[in-house]
Amino acid sequence: MPQTTNEYLLILPFLVLSAGIIVSLCVELFFRKGKELLPYLSIALFLIVAYLSVGQIYEKNVLFGGMLITGGIPAIFNLLFAAAGVLVMLNSIGFLKKYGFYHGEFYLLTQLSVLGMMLMAGSGDLVTVFLGLELMSIPFYVLVGMNRKKVSANEAAMKYFLLGAFATGFIVYGIALIYGIMGNTSLIDLTENFYIYSENIIFITGFILILIGFSFKIAAFPFHMWVPDVYQGAATNVTGLMSTMGKSAAFSVIFILLTAVFMNDAGSKLGNYFAVIATLSMLYGSIVALSQNNLKRMLAYSSISHAGYMAIGLAAGNKAALAGIMFYLAAYTFMNLGAFGIISIIEGEEDKQTDLNSYAGLAKRFPFLAGMMALIMFALAGIPPMAGFFGKYYVFISAIQSNMTWLALVGILSSVISVYFYLRVVVYMYFKEPGEEISVKSDYSAYAAVIFAGILILSLGLFPDTFLSVIEYIISV
Amino acid sequence: MIQNYIPIFFVIAVAAIFGVAVIFSSKLFGPQRPDKIKESPYESGKKPFGNTKERVSIKYYLVAMLFIIFDIEVIFVYPWAVQFKSLWAEFGIFAFLPMFVFLIVLEIGFLYIYMKGGLKWD
Repeated sequence: MPQTTNEYLLILPFLVLSAGIIVSLCVELFFRKGKELLPYLSIALFLIVAYLSVGQIYEKNVLFGGMLITGGIPAIFNLLFAAAGVLVMLNSIGFLKKYGFYHGEFYLLTQLSVLGMMLMAGSGDLVTVFLGLELMSIPFYVLVGMNRKKVSANEAAMKYFLLGAFATGFIVYGIALIYGIMGNTSLIDLTENFYIYSENIIFITGFILILIGFSFKIAAFPFHMWVPDVYQGAATNVTGLMSTMGKSAAFSVIFILLTAVFMNDAGSKLGNYFAVIATLSMLYGSIVALSQNNLKRMLAYSSISHAGYMAIGLAAGNKAALAGIMFYLAAYTFMNLGAFGIISIIEGEEDKQTDLNSYAGLAKRFPFLAGMMALIMFALAGIPPMAGFFGKYYVFISAIQSNMTWLALVGILSSVISVYFYLRVVVYMYFKEPGEEISVKSDYSAYAAVIFAGILILSLGLFPDTFLSVIEYIISV
Repeated sequence: MIQNYIPIFFVIAVAAIFGVAVIFSSKLFGPQRPDKIKESPYESGKKPFGNTKERVSIKYYLVAMLFIIFDIEVIFVYPWAVQFKSLWAEFGIFAFLPMFVFLIVLEIGFLYIYMKGGLKWD
């Protein structure tokens, strides 16, 4: 029904991106050289979205009868998606030619999935959550299998599609049960009366079904089986997109669902669910990653264990945890995008050079790339001046505040295990003799993406307070 | 409670009796001259037996999917068109613009399909 112009002004980031998608489609359609232009158009779009979202951070608004929320935490997520989107785009310019899929559809689908993520982060209603989820997932399924001629990509797309559809089924069934108890699908009502509703066994069943669906999307332990094959089979830049932004979007929805828990500092009955998931994910991811020789597969298992570290915060369920996970997500996004960026530069035409052996002696051939890779590996392992350390630190502190010291100890144990496989890459790069010659094309835009990721990792690590104080201020308002 | 279901049980019973009665009465009273073609299972004029691994051209799925686009369009536009007068009286131009935007987006999608050759059969 007629909205005030004010409401349309507030959803300007969404409108700009939607209009941009249509314009990109037309550019792809009518100009033969359109696909040369599209990455830059996408970067411009993401920068506009970022700019508009920055302006909204301090004013929170509920729009369209509670369907959509802008400002506050959604604005920070939009900023994260936009920044990560720019990095993915920079990474893709040279990569797509090499990968054998040089079509404009990649950029369209990426923009669409980012729009879906923004809807998820800003949703005020379970229907909006579902809409955003589908808008994010369906482009992902297509992007994973975009190179039709590659068997591994096809396998990955099929697996991801079937399991993803199954997980979506869980979410829809959960939404149906919650609707049955609440009589509406409003997340605002759910947040306000969370502790009253959660006495109801059917409500809790529905809630856990939704959480199972999103545990699948964040790649936590019992729902992780798709992760290694899909991350390895998909194109490297798509893996970067899925593993970082897809995970952040799923976490944004979990935040919205658990707002009541976080705001009351009280924890909930669901704390045990997350504690189990966190423990299993951390240990499973770290231990299985020890025996991986393929770098993409290793990062897939590391992604499972990182989901575990973030789930510690969900188990703790207090304000410090919310801020901690936000910080962790930002750090993780830039670390992983940097890592996958370097992998996409090193990997050859048939992505054969993703094994550890291809990285032997890299420091002698490509000192810059090796240095950046070492920086990112140190950050992923959680070594102090880098962003990864503070992410883990804030999450562990929140667990200790909620009397879950054992969980923090498991996390520290798992971090110690994970240092082995992260530093193994560094050892290969710096202390092994170079093996057979590998062919690497120089790709300046991908270098730029890696440099940006490195700068962001270092600045998040050196000035964690700046970022954290913004989040804590938003939470306290 | 259970009384409310009695009519439904009646309907089920009548339907069952009617179905059985029709089949048996035609068997009882009708002339029986079976031959090979009459005895074979009916498969819409196709050969009833053959390799089940036959492949269907993917173009059928494409057409089916494109059909859904226009199906959804019609489902959206019909109720809007029926109610348009009262919507216009209440909301003015805001009753018109959203559907206009929706149709433009849809038609651009259609244009994309057309330009990419999605409607070419060969």
